[in-house]
Amino acid sequence: LRSLPAQALLAAALLGLGIFLAFFVAPEADVEGVRQRIFYIHVPIALTSYFCFGLGAWKALQLLWRGDDRYDLESYVAIHQGTIFGTLTLLTGSIWAKTSWGHWWSWGSNQLVLFLVLFLFYCAYFMLRFSLEEGPRRARSSAVYALFGVVLIPVSFLAIRLANDLVHPTVFTREGPQMTATMFVSFCVCWAAVTLLAYVLYRVELLGKRIDADLRELREALS
Amino acid sequence: LSPGEYVAAAYGVVLVVLLAYVAIIAAKLARIQRQLAELLELTRRAPSAGDGGTRAGVVERA
Repeated sequence: LRSLPAQALLAAALLGLGIFLAFFVAPEADVEGVRQRIFYIHVPIALTSYFCFGLGAWKALQLLWRGDDRYDLESYVAIHQGTIFGTLTLLTGSIWAKTSWGHWWSWGSNQLVLFLVLFLFYCAYFMLRFSLEEGPRRARSSAVYALFGVVLIPVSFLAIRLANDLVHPTVFTREGPQMTATMFVSFCVCWAAVTLLAYVLYRVELLGKRIDADLRELREALS
Repeated sequence: LSPGEYVAAAYGVVLVVLLAYVAIIAAKLARIQRQLAELLELTRRAPSAGDGGTRAGVVERA
């Protein structure tokens, strides 16, 4: 808990540095021009979203494996974070699409549609969770559902390579990142910043939910 | 809108959503603080004789 303020400050500083690098240091892309700068926020947010969904599934697996109730809340908070960052991925992606292609969405792009499927799948997680009464049954059902969703993550991630469209050109290949060193450093700083920010928000939300649960228990004990 | 304005909109959306999320968390923490104050008031009002064990238990759990 003591490290939380330091982590929050580091995340804010990294985010500021990342935005500075993205706007003032990284060179403008040849074809995309200024609109390519959305890449430095859109891609890190999308990767963080995948990471949060993956973390939620990992915590769900631990709940089923070890039977410890604390993993239920950790899994829920991670998926909640994933949904928030997923929303941001869709919003920033749509803005990029509008300025690049002239329309907000393309149903012809596998990457977009698969990400939307993954996002909606995890949105339905909340419907399932809140339709059941609190207890071990809800925890187990939510965990199983979260684990099913994790299958969609590699499919969605690899769709960018399998798709034959030019909507999402492959930037990271076996030969390395297809961008200049400055662009790559800017991207890495932004990625580290967004991941750390997500981790800080995860810890804050988890802490709040745990205190809330303890308070409820205390209130019941006093009444 | 020009491409530059779309870029600003993308970064602006991220900022607005994250600020809204932080505001929601802050509101929840304020609610928790209120509830905690209520519980503290409740324990202060409780008669001291005969419930010493309960109080100790509450403090220990908290």
